[in-house]
Amino acid sequence: MISVNKLNVAYGQSAIIHDISLQAEEKEIVAVMGKNGMGKTTLMKSLIGLLRPVSGSIELDGVDVTAWESYQRVAQGIAYVPQGRQIFSQLTVEENILTGLDPKSPQKIQLFEEVYAMFNVLYDMRKRKGGNLSGGQQQQLAIARALVSEPKVLLLDEPTEGIQPSIIKDIARLLNEIKETKNLAIIVTEQVLSFTVDIADRMFVIESGRFQHEDVRGSINEEKIKAFLSV
Amino acid sequence: MGITNIFSGYTGEELLSIFTMQGFSSLSLFSVFLLMALGLAIIFGQMKIINMAHGEFLTAGAYTTVIMSDMVVKYMPGLLPYYFIFAIIAAFIVAFALGYIVELSLVRFLYKRPLDTLLATWGVSMILQQGFRLVFGGREDSANLPDWLMGSWYPTETIAIPLNGLFLLGTSVVVTLLVYFLLFRSRWGLCVRATVLNREMSNAVGINSKRIDRLTFAFGCGIAGVAGAVFTTIGSVSPAAGSLYIVDTFIVVVFGGAGSLLGTIFSAFGIAQLQSIMEFFLTGVLAKVFVLLSVVGILMIRPQGLRSNKVRE
Repeated sequence: MISVNKLNVAYGQSAIIHDISLQAEEKEIVAVMGKNGMGKTTLMKSLIGLLRPVSGSIELDGVDVTAWESYQRVAQGIAYVPQGRQIFSQLTVEENILTGLDPKSPQKIQLFEEVYAMFNVLYDMRKRKGGNLSGGQQQQLAIARALVSEPKVLLLDEPTEGIQPSIIKDIARLLNEIKETKNLAIIVTEQVLSFTVDIADRMFVIESGRFQHEDVRGSINEEKIKAFLSV
Repeated sequence: MGITNIFSGYTGEELLSIFTMQGFSSLSLFSVFLLMALGLAIIFGQMKIINMAHGEFLTAGAYTTVIMSDMVVKYMPGLLPYYFIFAIIAAFIVAFALGYIVELSLVRFLYKRPLDTLLATWGVSMILQQGFRLVFGGREDSANLPDWLMGSWYPTETIAIPLNGLFLLGTSVVVTLLVYFLLFRSRWGLCVRATVLNREMSNAVGINSKRIDRLTFAFGCGIAGVAGAVFTTIGSVSPAAGSLYIVDTFIVVVFGGAGSLLGTIFSAFGIAQLQSIMEFFLTGVLAKVFVLLSVVGILMIRPQGLRSNKVRE
């Protein structure tokens, strides 16, 4: 599905991401765990194309998208839920969802109904401005906006940040559900281990821009990962 | 000089007529301001580009109308009553195309340096002005207006409302409604509003923001072209015709609150009314001083302009 090979990303002279390689397949959730400032967001931004890598490649279904613009990657099947949600605060909930929808898609109405069925609260608030929603609702909106672009790969950057614990469980359940029903590959970065340990099929730990540790579901070494995450 | 003294020497009925007619003549000014400011506000709102060449797109639209008028008079005099509607459309297309070329060849390289665009578009403005001067000469041109745009309407004996002014007003209302509809009901409008709010994120949800920029810039210029076409009904065209309006238009945009359509309308209306009515009683320069002082005063109290949107956060 998505395959990242020896990716290096830098801001000017300061290198952030070093030789990162990872794959994610259909119906698989890959979690990238790490503390603040370890390169999680930089990795995500380079996957969606907001940052250009210095070297390395990103392939989606065998197509090299490394040099592509963000909107082209979205059309090819990558969707992005950024850290801090970044919904369009002045647009209504409905308009926010519409921005992610390809106007030429034959299944426009169906996709719309699907996300409203998945997030009832968004339907109730469809005429409100996005900026007036609570943090958890904004997170749902950001996920809905990403899902209507019919992605093959969904990127989520710290989806639990600033969200209350009961909603965090809902988000975990939701990610499992859409992975199964939509045949998605999901890459999620996190600091909260309790959130990812339930859903991740594979887990990486990123430290100073390098993958330091890898576990697969069933044999996740929680103690070791906690040690990486503690400050 | 007290404000009451300047009104003395007129009867009540005369004053009412003066206010009505000056009020109406200011509606013509309002219409030109509004058409210019709409384009400028869209471009500034979308890309933070200060387009100093905006006036020249008005001039381009006006010359398009003059050319069409000359051709109609020469080859198809029978069409004279109808050509004006097509001239407006042609003016839009010419200004749109010109804007598209300017964006493609110059402005798009400067998005990361918004202040440099001020200088660059000023250069474009001078190039276009000299271009007009080379092609059309320095003298003033005017379009042959169809009969239905001439003359006045007399609601009472002392009040005369010019028909060209009415037409100008009608056009600006139609164009404003059209802009509103496009901005709030079309896919392009949605993309524009999303890009204004968060350019990076717009790209990351699948919007080709560079293409939106190009269309938006060209569209804003196209509206200035329409302003130019209807401008020919109230004035003659010279190479510098548009540049006379650029400063006033900027004041309208800033005063209205950048990015707010409704604010732009209120602001164009207020400034045009104030200026026009004051011009009758004071000299032109003093009227301008009065308007600018009012604008400065209000902007000191409301730096965000007349209208701005608020949400939680």
